[in-house]
Amino acid sequence: MLDTEHVIIESGAARQPFNYAVGLHGSLFLQELRDNRRFMAVKCPMCKKVYIPPRRVCGACFVEMDKFVEVGPKGSIGTFTILRYAFIDPETGEKKPVPYGYGFIRLDGADTLFQHYIDIQDESKVKIGARVEPVFADERKGTIKDIRYFRIID
Amino acid sequence: MAKQRVAIVGIGQTYHKSHRPDVNGQELINEAVQRALADADLTISDIDAIVIGNMDHFEGINYVDCWSVDGSGGFMKPIIKLTTGGTTGSTLAIGGYHTVASGLFDRVLVIGWEKNSESDTTGAITTAFDPVWDRLVFAGAISGLAAEAQAYMAKYGATDRDGARVSVRDRKHACNNPYTQLRKEVTIDEVLDSPMLADPIHLLDVCPRTDGACAVIMAGEDVVEKITATPDWIWATANRHTYTYLGDANFGRLDSMAAASREIYDKAGIREPAKEIGVIELYQPYSFAGIMWIEDLGLAEYGKGAEFIWSGATDMDGEIPFNPSGGVIACNPIGATGLIRCAEAALQVMGKAEGRQVPDVDLALSTGFGGCFWSDILLHGRRKPDF
Repeated sequence: MLDTEHVIIESGAARQPFNYAVGLHGSLFLQELRDNRRFMAVKCPMCKKVYIPPRRVCGACFVEMDKFVEVGPKGSIGTFTILRYAFIDPETGEKKPVPYGYGFIRLDGADTLFQHYIDIQDESKVKIGARVEPVFADERKGTIKDIRYFRIID
Repeated sequence: MAKQRVAIVGIGQTYHKSHRPDVNGQELINEAVQRALADADLTISDIDAIVIGNMDHFEGINYVDCWSVDGSGGFMKPIIKLTTGGTTGSTLAIGGYHTVASGLFDRVLVIGWEKNSESDTTGAITTAFDPVWDRLVFAGAISGLAAEAQAYMAKYGATDRDGARVSVRDRKHACNNPYTQLRKEVTIDEVLDSPMLADPIHLLDVCPRTDGACAVIMAGEDVVEKITATPDWIWATANRHTYTYLGDANFGRLDSMAAASREIYDKAGIREPAKEIGVIELYQPYSFAGIMWIEDLGLAEYGKGAEFIWSGATDMDGEIPFNPSGGVIACNPIGATGLIRCAEAALQVMGKAEGRQVPDVDLALSTGFGGCFWSDILLHGRRKPDF
């Protein structure tokens, strides 16, 4: 008779910290978000595409970008989904609260989409093209969570 | 330019299942390798080099090139590992092709595998995305695919039923394939009534998690005909990557597939792909891709993919059958999945696809897709290419 009980190898109360640099452009974005509640994007000098989050190289043109432009804070839903299945959030190790609105927001003036939560209290209003605005955290720390979510503007 | 033409001369795969606790990774790999060697009537000593891969972080162990050596047959041979996310299996096929086409190796064993039962798939996929910009709302492969489908549906008016029709097709085809995991027909209503995972994707619209391995032996043109009378010639390969962050993607169109397929058609002189290609094994991880991406492949005009599907053109007896194997919706051992598409296309060309054989296949297409919206494509032919 095969013994098919699982054997558990314990890791103890482990933490798994790691370092990750967002670079100068990313840092400027997070500082402006924290200090001034502004969204800073960067514009390609060749194709004029406005990228958010800002990064240094336009992949299509392969040129350096250093011209910042403010975008948003309002925008529209570029695309979205409503996440309904339970899964373990690898960021926390805990079950992610579902359902939640997963938005790809086209901030006014930007050409790429900015990912964040969308308020789904009234699901019938969550549509591509719907106008949205950010709801900021009271205490901002220079992370993407300085925005709590985007809400749909009636 | 290639130094020599290349053909697939041997194929092996495991009987793919949701869980294979009876074998470890090395043993799973060995099953596929032994079958490929037997299929080509070769021994491991005939193999010059190995190209192997899976999706890193999908098991509790990385660096398959190291620990699989006894099972892969790589003992004291050159081994290269390739890992490119969802496209790993098709990248392996293209890498194997490059290795032989270079003229440096004549008999190369290409291996893709995965034991998804030993992973938290969503957690593992998340490690491939930027921790600051991408991970807050990200929920694995399904979330990005759902956003893609929403964008397409809003633009072109496709419906849940259109997606379900694709799932019904592939799950029906899967019943003809003894190697695949899920072999059960479903109805459109069953798809639509299955739980909504992420709008508009229902449970039965999407692929399962699978344990499995696939091995393919590629040979250079001077040795091909000594090995088999029915080789699958690789006519062309193409690959395209697009964006940096998820929000950069052009949701609703697969630009990488459009560009890669045009490169393939140009290389082979194909003008009417739906008429000239006999069968397609599409790396289609969820149903809606079966509508959108066939437009990017140039088989239907933009917005007409659903009509093409409903016409029956992609069914087993249609103009251009898709996924006779049952495709990815029936079976998804991720690092092997793209290579299985290649292997199944090869079996069709070789006339060895048994109960899932499409009659008289001269040209076949196989693809790979990664969650980062990139595409790999291989064109397979019965005849040795004259270019």
